[in-house]
Amino acid sequence: MSSVADATSPDLRAELTGSEIVLKALVDQGVELIFGYPGGAVLPIYDALFQQNALRHILVRQEGGAVHAAEGYARSTGKVGVVLVTSGPGATNAVTGLTDALMDSIPVICLTGQVPTHLIGNDAFQEADTTGITRPCTKHNYLVKDVRQLARVMHEAFHVATSGRPGPVVIDLPKDVLFAKGPYVGPEAVKHRSYNPRRVPEQARIAEAVDLLMKAKRPIVYGGGGIINSGPEASRLVTEFVRRSGFPCTLTLMGLGAVPAADPHFLGMLGMHGSYEANMAMHDCDVMFAIGSRFDDRVTGRLSAFSPGSRKIHVDIDPSSINKNVRVEVPVVGDVAETMKAILAEWDRRRAEPDRKALATWWEQIESWRARKCFAFAQGADVIKPQYAVQRLYELTRDRETFITTEVGQHQMWAAQLYRFERPNRWMTSGGLGTMGYGLPAAMGVQLAHPDALVVDVAGEASTLMNIQELSTIVQYRLPVKVFILNNRYMGMVRQWQELLHGNRYSESYMDALPDFVKLAEAFGCVGLRCARPGDLDGVIREMMANGRPTVVDVAVDEKENCFPMIPSGAAHNEMILGPSGKDSPGKPVSEEGMVLV
Amino acid sequence: MPVPQPIERHTISVIADNEPGVLARIVGLFSGRGYNIESLTVAETDASAHLSRFTIVTSGTPMVIEQIKSQLDRLVPVHRVRDMTLGGPHVERELALLKVVATGEKRVESLRLADVFRAKVIDSTIQSFVFEITGATDKVNAFIDILRPLGLVEVSRTGVAAIARGTEAM
Repeated sequence: MSSVADATSPDLRAELTGSEIVLKALVDQGVELIFGYPGGAVLPIYDALFQQNALRHILVRQEGGAVHAAEGYARSTGKVGVVLVTSGPGATNAVTGLTDALMDSIPVICLTGQVPTHLIGNDAFQEADTTGITRPCTKHNYLVKDVRQLARVMHEAFHVATSGRPGPVVIDLPKDVLFAKGPYVGPEAVKHRSYNPRRVPEQARIAEAVDLLMKAKRPIVYGGGGIINSGPEASRLVTEFVRRSGFPCTLTLMGLGAVPAADPHFLGMLGMHGSYEANMAMHDCDVMFAIGSRFDDRVTGRLSAFSPGSRKIHVDIDPSSINKNVRVEVPVVGDVAETMKAILAEWDRRRAEPDRKALATWWEQIESWRARKCFAFAQGADVIKPQYAVQRLYELTRDRETFITTEVGQHQMWAAQLYRFERPNRWMTSGGLGTMGYGLPAAMGVQLAHPDALVVDVAGEASTLMNIQELSTIVQYRLPVKVFILNNRYMGMVRQWQELLHGNRYSESYMDALPDFVKLAEAFGCVGLRCARPGDLDGVIREMMANGRPTVVDVAVDEKENCFPMIPSGAAHNEMILGPSGKDSPGKPVSEEGMVLV
Repeated sequence: MPVPQPIERHTISVIADNEPGVLARIVGLFSGRGYNIESLTVAETDASAHLSRFTIVTSGTPMVIEQIKSQLDRLVPVHRVRDMTLGGPHVERELALLKVVATGEKRVESLRLADVFRAKVIDSTIQSFVFEITGATDKVNAFIDILRPLGLVEVSRTGVAAIARGTEAM
């Protein structure tokens, strides 16, 4: 039997080794799966892993893949994603994923090996100042120098990663601490001294919020990833509020799925590549109800022209997210589910009825914006439009339990625009950091959590090469992940910006010497499929869905297609460009100030 | 959009766990987010509870000051954050050690001024004095300025420590 389980029997309550404490704490925290890569400093943990059965370890091919996989796992389940890597390069390779998890508020615990305590600071082999390097890219980090503190730190880390605004936590484990013996305490014995964020909102704020909502004539609900993080109940309550009030609702990239895409109140995603109707409604609204969203620069456009006539309510569990970029009239600190419960209760108590007449006029206006059909595209007979590929993928997979991950770039925006999410936790994308190479390992993590679901990484040919080594992991664990590449032979979003800002000088954005993705897939042991003609697309997607195996689909799409609509950098919501040509596109869409923005 | 907000100077007190890295966390927060630090003092104030007190003097628009406080409060080892500037009457003091190298009339004058400012002489040689002065930042600044032409060669200041007046404790 495993050493971890042994330690739980009362007659053997002797002290455990550091490695055993780590594993036992993970098991007691409900962890079933960890993603990792061994190395010298973590060998004691790997040895303890070998002697137990409670935890399953997934061997990735690069530590960066482990963190993204853990993010995908966490985002699709609501649980904590756990990573185990070695010291030095193991830890530094994890840094991108940790930053990604910090920006997108994903709960991740990353255990890093460290050289023994007596060598710390001596430039030892595979030594890096991991806590120093990861301090700004984690929610919190620990260096455990004493095995007697290890169990407490492990449990605290889970508390920190999951409460308040979730995020990544690093625990740096010197090798001698892993060998040393110390006492174990369970999760129930650990209470954090200082970090216990507020979940339940102040009633006075709820009353102010409802006051404002009841008076709204042109309201909009602007929901974000915080709704997803709060759990499925939060999505249900936000949807209930939207339906009962009749208010229009838009969601951020991170919030997609919080309100069903099929709901007529849903205006689509907002922001730089969001829908025309969502952005115009944001600009012209008189009351904005921001829920678990953070007024990110991709969402607001030019701050000085952001929704100039509205009063704003902002619900966020993190007080530092409120009044950071945009001043709001009613700040509400609290968990989304708790807050929406309170809002709905107050709404009922007052028998609130919004101004239906004003709302009808507002909806008329919104419908006129909607009628512009901003996501429309013209699919010809010869070349596959990337939008068409995403649309067909959606139509053919919508009836199955499907999870979508993406890489970063044009394909990501097309997926966000055209794939319609009816439920939360079905959409995994790198929003804040914009990490190319996120989608493939994230899909791996999602598939492990949902073995029977269809998991598709909507990818670009450039991004997917950034973590292509994980195809090997996918094959090893027989994960039927699908990599759906919209191949335009360009770093499409880079090229799009070069067209807008840099006089069509395509500096280093053409992907020369691309691999043959079909052969590449086959070399890894996956199925490789190719599609170049619109008429063949459905057949290829069906084949991909039916084969039950890891599959790479190389879809050759229109190389010059750009992603619209678009709010050019430095522009306001009502200055969206709807398409590449015609009266909607001014000659020079980007101002001097806009040029310097990313 | 509102007109540009004025820059304000605030003194913020922070109680945090006295653990390795906590100073780096706080300093890193300021540098990483581009906030100003005009002065920062820190020492353990409760050894049995392993708590340290930071006093940070910073400047920014009211919105930035609000952000600084929220960001500080969000740090895991931070227990309490208080804006002394907004939190009612409080006292601020700093201590400075000032070395004056001079002879003759300048030397005598520096000693006379030290008396006016209630500074103490804590070291002297035939050619030098070290003065210790305690007071609000403005007073220390004034004393430094006045000593400059009299042979001031070195300044060492602690930065501001602050505490609320009255019975209320942080």
